[in-house]
Amino acid sequence: MTVPLLELSGLTVEVPAEEGPRPLLDGIDLSLDAGEALGLVGESGSGKSMTVRAVTRLLPRGAEAGGSIRFQGTDVAAMDAGALRRYRDQGVGMIFQDPRAHINPTRRIGSFLTEALTRNRGVARREAEARAVAVLAEVGIDDPGRRLRQYPHELSGGMLQRVMIASVLLAEPRLILADEPTTALDVTIQSEVVGILDRLRRERGMGMVFITHDLDLALAVCGRVAVMYAGRIVEVRAAEELHRRAAHPYTLGLLGSRPSIDARAERLDAVPGRPVSAYEAGTGCAFADRCAQVRPVCRERRPELEPFRGGLVRCHRVAELAPAAEEVPA
Amino acid sequence: MSAAVSVTGLTKVFGSHTAVDAVSFEIGAGGSLGIVGESGSGKTTVARMLVGLERPTGGGIAVLGRDRSTPARGSAERLRRARELQIVFQDPYTSLDPRQSADSAVDEVLRRHTRLDRAGRAARLADLVDQVGLTDRQARALPRDLSGGQRQRVAIARALAAEPRVLVLDEAVSALDVSIQAQILNLLADIRAATGIAYLLISHDLAVVRQLCDTVLVLRRGRVVEQGDCARVLDAPTEEYTRALRAAVPVPGWRPGRPAATAT
Repeated sequence: MTVPLLELSGLTVEVPAEEGPRPLLDGIDLSLDAGEALGLVGESGSGKSMTVRAVTRLLPRGAEAGGSIRFQGTDVAAMDAGALRRYRDQGVGMIFQDPRAHINPTRRIGSFLTEALTRNRGVARREAEARAVAVLAEVGIDDPGRRLRQYPHELSGGMLQRVMIASVLLAEPRLILADEPTTALDVTIQSEVVGILDRLRRERGMGMVFITHDLDLALAVCGRVAVMYAGRIVEVRAAEELHRRAAHPYTLGLLGSRPSIDARAERLDAVPGRPVSAYEAGTGCAFADRCAQVRPVCRERRPELEPFRGGLVRCHRVAELAPAAEEVPA
Repeated sequence: MSAAVSVTGLTKVFGSHTAVDAVSFEIGAGGSLGIVGESGSGKTTVARMLVGLERPTGGGIAVLGRDRSTPARGSAERLRRARELQIVFQDPYTSLDPRQSADSAVDEVLRRHTRLDRAGRAARLADLVDQVGLTDRQARALPRDLSGGQRQRVAIARALAAEPRVLVLDEAVSALDVSIQAQILNLLADIRAATGIAYLLISHDLAVVRQLCDTVLVLRRGRVVEQGDCARVLDAPTEEYTRALRAAVPVPGWRPGRPAATAT
């Protein structure tokens, strides 16, 4: 059996608070194979960004992680300083929502792109620049030689996000962690940037965890999608089946909340209440207070993530609620 | 009866840059127009000129038939303009006073814009709080103790307190979680149905515009690309740019994978 590229088992994160430790992640189990793209979808406080921070061991001060994170079979928590540096440099590459916050504004694009190669890998400057030019061209930036001499403020947000993707590609990681990488971009630019990311990832056989609040975007870019709520995964399903087979009331709520570009709905099927964080969830199902299907058992006992119709669902009532018609293969 | 908003040849020039270039549109009483565009389209500048935060370089703006393309003369005129048209911004955290509770923010508007006595204001406040779906407890809370969706409800209640005939919604649902966004979109639709208020929604999100608006105007680099009935423009766009905007929206079955377009 092959070892997964990334494997999370029972991952928890807690931060200290006056009344005792506060959970942010409440037992995340996920596995990603090499070359696979997985979407993490959820609203504020669902824990999707915290999951990625835990994977890179970049947790907020005082936060404690539990459970295990294995990258190519190696326990990330047990890595010493050198192994951790190699893991962050060559194992995983991160793309953030706001490239301006992650690229030093006082240094030229060329120096940003080549630093890791020349300093950490002993690549000669001229060679590093040649690689940077090649990869800038690959992400669709024209006149890459001139771009190397420019400063970040001379580039638009869309261009800078391409530079960010180029910098990750230069490191040739096995896994890309993309946290809302196109949320700040205009929709036509988003389409281009996501297209570039998708193509290059496939060409190079890299794995990707793609975090977004936009379910339809995740479905377009990823083979599999995990829906998160209150620091837990509530449903995992193949992207192409999600619209047809979504079974968790929260996933269905997300699908019903989003207005359609094709037709005006009389009313949107809004989920009442607001998203809660893991530390606000009770002992039972975290979604119970907002769920139209809630029963006493939902508040008493925490449901497990269990196989249901080709995916995984965390809901006590899923078997009785899901309409039978959806069993029919399309 | 005059239109709620009538804008003709509206232009705004900043230095050598024309941010808004001869834009014209009309919103009928109780109508709802969406202005969509990407960064730099000038959509927010249009909103700011309507509210009086920017002075137009050229063209006319009339609200309820009265011109407001030049600054108000005197406080009575300014008050009347505020009573006619109010705005809700994208981020209620920066548009609300952090030291002021929701009920005192609404009461302040009621004192300025109505002649209600204390009891009358309290009754109206209770109505408004109820109308936007806040609890009494939330109405007494400071903005920092409220969630994003609750704060946006406060901003809407505050705007409605003046009983305006026009509400400008500048990306007012863009920063909200999708389940909360749906609640606010339903709320805004209910308020329009109940009061006959007119909306001008500034948005980058075509699906949100379709849900809330009857007509749409597509803006690019300050110019009108296409305008008309929402269903017509979105289902059968005549302009290449509108088609590109629409095609870029992820929908079921959508695949990115356009070849690496050379960016300019």
